[in-house]
Amino acid sequence: MDLSRRKLIGTASSLSIASSVFSVPAWANNPIKIGMSMPQTGPLGAGGKAALLALKMWVEDVNGRGGLLGRKIDFNAYDDQGNPANTPGIYSKLLDVDKVDLLIAPYATVPTAPIMPLVKQRGKLLMGNFSFQVNAKVKHDMWFNNAPWNDAEGWFAGFLQAAKDSNSKTIAIAAQDQEFAQNLANGVRAGLARTGLTSVYDQNYPPTTKDFSSIVRAIRSTKPDVVFVASYPGDSVGMVNAAHEIGLGPTVKIFGGGMVGLQFTPVMESLGSKLNGIINYNTYVPGMPLKGIEDFFKRYTAKAVAEKVDPLGYYLPPFNYATGQMLEQAINATKSIDDKAIAAYLRANTMDTIVGPIKFDAGGERANQRVIMAQFRGVKDKDLEQFRSPQRQVIIHPTADKTGDAIFPYEQARKS
Amino acid sequence: MTFSFDLLFEAILFGILLGGFYAAVSLGLSVSFGLLDIPNVAHPAVLLLGAYGAFSLGQYGVDPIVAGLLLMPVFFIAGALFYKTYYLVFERRGDAAAVNGLAFFFGVVFIIEVGLVIWYGVDQQSATAAYIGGSLELGDIRLPYRLLAAFSVALVMALALSLYLSKTFYGRAIKAVGQDEGALRLMGVDPVKVKQLAFGIATGVNALAGAVLLILAPIEPTMDRIYIGRTFCVVVLAGLGSMSGTLAAGLILGIAESIVLMFLGASWAPAVAFGLLMVMLGFRPQGLFGR
Amino acid sequence: MRFWLSCAAISIGAVFLAFSGANNYLFFAGFVVLQSIVLASAWNILGGYAGYVNFGVPAFIGAGAYAALMMHLAFAAPLLLQIAVAGIITGLIGFLVGLLTVRLRGIFFSIATVALVFIFETLVMNTPFLGGATGMQLTRPESGGLFPSYMRMLVVVMTGLAILAVATARYVQESHIGRGLRAVRDSEEAAECSGVPTLKLKLLACALSGALLGAAGAPLPMYLSYIEPASTFNLLYAVSALAMPIIGGMSHWIGPVIGAIILASLQQIVTVTISSELNVLVVGLLLVVFVVAAPEGIVGLVKRWKSSSK
Repeated sequence: MDLSRRKLIGTASSLSIASSVFSVPAWANNPIKIGMSMPQTGPLGAGGKAALLALKMWVEDVNGRGGLLGRKIDFNAYDDQGNPANTPGIYSKLLDVDKVDLLIAPYATVPTAPIMPLVKQRGKLLMGNFSFQVNAKVKHDMWFNNAPWNDAEGWFAGFLQAAKDSNSKTIAIAAQDQEFAQNLANGVRAGLARTGLTSVYDQNYPPTTKDFSSIVRAIRSTKPDVVFVASYPGDSVGMVNAAHEIGLGPTVKIFGGGMVGLQFTPVMESLGSKLNGIINYNTYVPGMPLKGIEDFFKRYTAKAVAEKVDPLGYYLPPFNYATGQMLEQAINATKSIDDKAIAAYLRANTMDTIVGPIKFDAGGERANQRVIMAQFRGVKDKDLEQFRSPQRQVIIHPTADKTGDAIFPYEQARKS
Repeated sequence: MTFSFDLLFEAILFGILLGGFYAAVSLGLSVSFGLLDIPNVAHPAVLLLGAYGAFSLGQYGVDPIVAGLLLMPVFFIAGALFYKTYYLVFERRGDAAAVNGLAFFFGVVFIIEVGLVIWYGVDQQSATAAYIGGSLELGDIRLPYRLLAAFSVALVMALALSLYLSKTFYGRAIKAVGQDEGALRLMGVDPVKVKQLAFGIATGVNALAGAVLLILAPIEPTMDRIYIGRTFCVVVLAGLGSMSGTLAAGLILGIAESIVLMFLGASWAPAVAFGLLMVMLGFRPQGLFGR
Repeated sequence: MRFWLSCAAISIGAVFLAFSGANNYLFFAGFVVLQSIVLASAWNILGGYAGYVNFGVPAFIGAGAYAALMMHLAFAAPLLLQIAVAGIITGLIGFLVGLLTVRLRGIFFSIATVALVFIFETLVMNTPFLGGATGMQLTRPESGGLFPSYMRMLVVVMTGLAILAVATARYVQESHIGRGLRAVRDSEEAAECSGVPTLKLKLLACALSGALLGAAGAPLPMYLSYIEPASTFNLLYAVSALAMPIIGGMSHWIGPVIGAIILASLQQIVTVTISSELNVLVVGLLLVVFVVAAPEGIVGLVKRWKSSSK
């Protein structure tokens, strides 16, 4: 061998010996990359930050156990600001520049809708995060929405029950003109005939609406029994404030329904006693018997306080942690990170999580629904800790979790 | 949408209160654009700056209206300095009315908007005060206190500015400088200084108007865009340079928007100001009360 | 002759790239840069040459995008037909806006164009067929025809549009139309007194500019597989379309191209590395800096440097 080649071999071998001595463990060299965007600012930001914290907790727990399939999890979440215009670009970047292995959807319907066609086209599994009926048109076969609801009928059932119990005949519907609220409101509208309720007011308002007094005024003039609102956090607050300022009128028996945001701790704290009497959906109310959830909340609260995020974390965090748990079970069972393999497993099995057992139907929505309808009672102003008590939100539906009956009319329930 | 005279009456009442606010918000533009011909598209962005300023002071417990008053001198000085810069860069070079002047202001709008997003975030912010949240009950009608507060402040502002411009020497000088700079110079008054004064006043008024905006509704950084439509609609409807016209035009816009809001729904409301503006530009560009 | 040779070379280059193994994200970002070239060149026909500042670029882009969507939903029209129809519709809109504002001063033209944005956005929001305020999910066709993927085909089509826009701008600039428009820009009264057919020229510029802007917006629904009014009628398009010719230079057709490439690439880099807010800030800052310090743009700076080094 001539001198230069010997030198080359010598250098190469010494380098490889050196690198194996000084290298990091093999598991961190070949991580499993999981990527997503999460609304961390913007109207959904309060919920998104809490959700993100729970996901990061799961990643830490798993990495502490040695990772998945002997590989570390590398988790990255961009901020999409809850703006649907941002998500296609972010998810394109995740796939083509960051080259992630697995995708999780952003929290909520509106940022998720735009990426459904993209994800379907690229044949990627997508773990949904509290979206509502966002796969109905696209029909992606590797979509699994982690949320306690399936369709509008399931969502509305509890609200409808309260309406029946109170002998209500007329309903006013106000829905924000965006994917989630429209999906929900359309589902409600389609089912009205079966319920015995007639619509006396039905308005979609644009997302830029700031002033709800005219909507409330118009609703009041139609003298409805039931007022159903489908809205995102900004307008939910606006509607509640307007309902207090202008008044919904003495005829209203039931008020609430699909107002997102009334589950976020900062919103609950700032609205305080204005929440009383409202019957709205939720996913978890303290006192519900779920294995492992108390322990989760203890660990979560400690981190949340440190990071100045929602300290109670009742709404999204347990479910986001459960998303991680489901991925973990699927990956461990199939021993792969292939999208199709994981999808097949998720479709066929019931997963055990801290929010209970989760099973998916053919469309990727939750087969065993568990939407909680609860009425706010006895809420005081400026008190965060009060929400730890089960009495602040009395569960009126489903029957299995029921803790009390709804009080109506709304004016009376407000003072409870 | 069911029509009833009760609702119509309520809509008109609501519209009058709202209109007073729109007038207050457009006063500054009436001076800077109406009287001085400065293509100040950044006016609504500065308005938003005032609103956020009031919000920040509110974090320390300052009432929004007080905050607005406190910010007025700050904005006045800033406005005067800004005009001097604008004059040196654009008006002296002679291309103020052309592409560059307009482009400049448009660039300023975006810098302000993004600055607000970076500093305050994209979330909505609102103020809390004793008079926000309750309403006055008149029979079956509820008039929110915050609307009454906004309207009162607006009225006072409009009156004060109108009096200043018609009764004081420098006020009348401001009115004159747009019409005949040469004559003003002959009277021994420096037109540039007068314009600086005017622009300063226009900006200062914006501070208080911004505080009123905060009282009225939650604010977020992209709100300035719809206010470009509203403020220019009011100013064009009034006719350039007419202060009392501004109040009347504001009321017209407020009532029109309120009626559309009530009977056609919230989806059509954003187009009212711009639609009205287009109609005016197409049929009577000199406005209703213009010179 | 040189111009057409360069155009041919660019087209061949684009096709070549589309068949190469280059990263997908390059096409995603490249689309935006090419679209910016079209927007900047189109804007400049009216803004730089005639002096009429169009703030309502989003209205034309949005009109083009929704016209294309309508063609797609109602007639399953192929992409090129969508673009053509969109261009015709927005050209007509440009013409009408010009007609409406014919007696008004510059700033009123500009404000009328802002009004257009809100009016169109409101129209779309109230039309459930086009998705309303909620927006609409779209499924792109599986194949890109002759090309490996739909996205790559889109980029090639966009390259063609960019060449068309620049060629149009160049033609307008060097023909009698350009001379007439310059006269209008410098002094409309004087031009009219000299017998320049100001109305006809302005309307032509409005129509051409509008048509190209709409054509640039037409591929948007397919590009994103999703469309909704708020981001389509986004005022950021307005600032960008304004900033690019100012940065590049408004007097020559190469100015908008330079400005577009610089600004759009910068925006993409900033969005991907830092954040999307800073992206808007960069545009605003550059616009103000150039308007104040270098109103002739890069073209002007190069001219000055050339003449001073003689």
